Amino acid sequence: MFKKSRLIGEYFMQGDIACAEGALAAGCRFFGGYPITPASEIAERMAMRLPLLRGVFIQYEDEIASIAGILGASWAGAKSMTATSGPGISLMTENIGLGMMMEAPCVVVNVQRGSPSTGLPTSWGQSDMMQARWGSHGDYGSISLVPNSPQEFFDLTITAFNFSEKYRLPVFIMADALVGHMTEKVVIPPVEELEIIDRKYTNKKPEDYLPYDYGKNLIPDFAKAGDGYRYHTTGLTHDKRGYPNMTFECQNELVPRLVNKIKNHVDDISLTEEYDIEGADVIVISYGITSRTILPAITMAKKKGIKIGYLRLKTVWPFPEEKIRKLSKKVAGFVVPEMNLGQISLEVERCAHNDSIVKLVPHPGGGIHKFEDVLHAIEEVAYGK
Amino acid sequence: MANNTAQLQEKSHPMEDLLRMDRMPHIWCSGCGLGSAVTAFVEGLKKAGVSYDKTAIVSGIGCTGRVAGYLRLDSYHTTHGRAIPFATGLKLANRDLTVVVFSGDGDLFAIGGNHLIHAARRNVDINVICVNNFIYGMTGGQNAPTTPLGAYSSTAPFGNYEMPFNLVGLAAASGASYVARWTTMHARRLTDSIATAANKKGFCFIEIVSPCPTVFARKNKGGTGLDMLKEFQTRAIIDHDADPTTIPLNMDNEIVCGEFVNDDRPTFWENVQAGIKARLEKFANWEEMQSNSRKISHKKDRKYTSSRDSSIMRRNT
Amino acid sequence: MSELRVKISGFGGQGIILSSFIIGKAASIYDQQHSSMTQAYGPEARGGACSSQVVISSDNVEYPLVDTADVLIAMSQEGYDTFLPILKKGGILLYDTDLVEKLQSHKNFIAKGIPATRLAEELGKKIVANIVMLGFATKQAKIVSPEAMQEAIADSVPSKFIDLNMKAFQAGYDYNEEQ
Repeated sequence: MFKKSRLIGEYFMQGDIACAEGALAAGCRFFGGYPITPASEIAERMAMRLPLLRGVFIQYEDEIASIAGILGASWAGAKSMTATSGPGISLMTENIGLGMMMEAPCVVVNVQRGSPSTGLPTSWGQSDMMQARWGSHGDYGSISLVPNSPQEFFDLTITAFNFSEKYRLPVFIMADALVGHMTEKVVIPPVEELEIIDRKYTNKKPEDYLPYDYGKNLIPDFAKAGDGYRYHTTGLTHDKRGYPNMTFECQNELVPRLVNKIKNHVDDISLTEEYDIEGADVIVISYGITSRTILPAITMAKKKGIKIGYLRLKTVWPFPEEKIRKLSKKVAGFVVPEMNLGQISLEVERCAHNDSIVKLVPHPGGGIHKFEDVLHAIEEVAYGK
Repeated sequence: MANNTAQLQEKSHPMEDLLRMDRMPHIWCSGCGLGSAVTAFVEGLKKAGVSYDKTAIVSGIGCTGRVAGYLRLDSYHTTHGRAIPFATGLKLANRDLTVVVFSGDGDLFAIGGNHLIHAARRNVDINVICVNNFIYGMTGGQNAPTTPLGAYSSTAPFGNYEMPFNLVGLAAASGASYVARWTTMHARRLTDSIATAANKKGFCFIEIVSPCPTVFARKNKGGTGLDMLKEFQTRAIIDHDADPTTIPLNMDNEIVCGEFVNDDRPTFWENVQAGIKARLEKFANWEEMQSNSRKISHKKDRKYTSSRDSSIMRRNT
Repeated sequence: MSELRVKISGFGGQGIILSSFIIGKAASIYDQQHSSMTQAYGPEARGGACSSQVVISSDNVEYPLVDTADVLIAMSQEGYDTFLPILKKGGILLYDTDLVEKLQSHKNFIAKGIPATRLAEELGKKIVANIVMLGFATKQAKIVSPEAMQEAIADSVPSKFIDLNMKAFQAGYDYNEEQ
């Protein structure tokens, strides 16, 4: 392990480790974290690898410190990351809101386990999906990416860093314990073949720089600590100078911008995979590990002659509202299997409005969907039962 | 001509190179000790000769939490209690910075207490300045972990039932490299302490005992800000040799001030570097290691795809 | 598309997880196949029942879990008892003859036994019992090619133990039940 400064090639690699390698490939050089099953392997890998890349690894005293620490590192110009599971995310949410408000780029990995509370530490679930969107108080735009394999855990970690740098916010990777602890082939290409995006630093002189001035894309240019800009930033509602300004006018300029800087770029951020969508009667929408475990049911439905399409969300937040709205006018209905008791299906319902049926196939976590349950739901929608 | 010059000079504030003059007037009450604390900080930084461009200040929430907003430095006003881990990240990711946490007793020792003892334990190279006014000021005078036993607060209407923390004792016992306590009366000595800490490596902790006339004094018959300073003057003694763990603050005991700890311990980052070096030496030279690293076959015929396909659909269509 | 689902069971410390890791690596890195390995474990760090599973496929592995196994490797009585029901009809059962003694009816399976732990002890290290079993599985169940398995073993064990592990592989590969 000590001998490999940069990995290139094919590896038989665990999901959590692929995530850490993806972060390193993206240029992450600061990791602050706290041990928690099933995300500890990410911290362990970073502890081993970061020092050799002149990066910083610190095991903080808790998850609250971890998220505060990576925000601090982000302001020092580092690409920073933390990794945890549901209970840790619950502790982090206040400072995730600070990251949203201060617009500090960083990546937060949630290797989801069975919830709520301590739940099922060594088993999996997808029940933190709404928390990723609404966990911290207040309105803000957010981005969540959901991998379904170790290779994709690697790939989407790079994408998460790119989005966080580009749109200046903490980006979530919503993996789960099955993907995190699964070992598969992971191809790590040479760095030159990867698309790496870095945050846009201001080219203004310190005397002309306003830390929260923005252009058409609604994203302010960045200045890091120690470069002479001597700017102020705060979690309070602030003006373009970064100064607290507790007025309606300021709130009304700032908060909608935090939402719109993501909303206006949904097309860029939204990553999906589609199969046989054209002419489909029923569309199955799924994400993460569920998108793999339900495939036998789709095959069977096809064999039974059901015109079935399949939409996999790699980006869950921002939700692809327009896409679902358009599809809902063409199909009989959607089937949404997810490892919770109804979270993303609510979004699908919202977008489908009354144009088509939305059928949730719930699962509380700790196992996988029964083949028959998914097939049954597909049939119900297809035959209009 | 001479008059004109005098007028011009009058208009510029002596500390305007370090204060955000466009944010004045500040929000603090008259008689509050925070003005003196900020003045001592600015003077201390000047005296230390550190680069202002390379100095960052981090605050939490509360009256003292607003300090970061008034200083013309890279300044971060973070969440309640989390200034220290934020500052730790900032410092470790750019080790050229001088990073100072400026916050209150409630922020640093109640909600943020765990972070403080762990940062001191690690000996992270940051300075923590804690303005201790014995109460929560901004939220209206509630009990703090520093409120003396028996003192009144808006959440202790019968008098405080809890024993307070001794801040310098806690910082010293947790492993801080530098620990001092002053009151806002000790302007010169406080300034010197801030300058010393600015140039000292390791975790430095300075407690500034400060008057809160608006809530603490009002609830405890303390009089005005000036009355409280006079009280500090009569109660304060300077004893650099005092054991910091034995000098808690009560309602009317001696306020023992001084520089209690000034040690040179390896910092967190020094320990990290030493640890890695010791381990790597077993593998000879690091540069050599990189060049000799085992070649891993990267077969050209297998193309890198950005994501796995859901092959089932491909197969069936 | 061909797919092979392998379940390995035993107790903690036998190298059950490593065995499935080696099989997966042999398949996906050295045999140009696809494979997915998952593990199940309790909260205890050592001891206790332990099982892991590998799915080997000529195409991407869609469904990574093993609900019904094509091959079951049992390195403990408990593992045998627990997982025999998921071995599909006509599947292959490989078991350590010294560790699995209370046998059920094998009429629906192809059952092959090997004293893997005893053979490992004869080589000097009980710890390579799992590698003996891998050699046996390579020959009897043809889960991966012998070349791929050998490469994956060499790549996954400490370099100073490669020779020992190769011997262990060979011992398992050459073992003949009728001996």
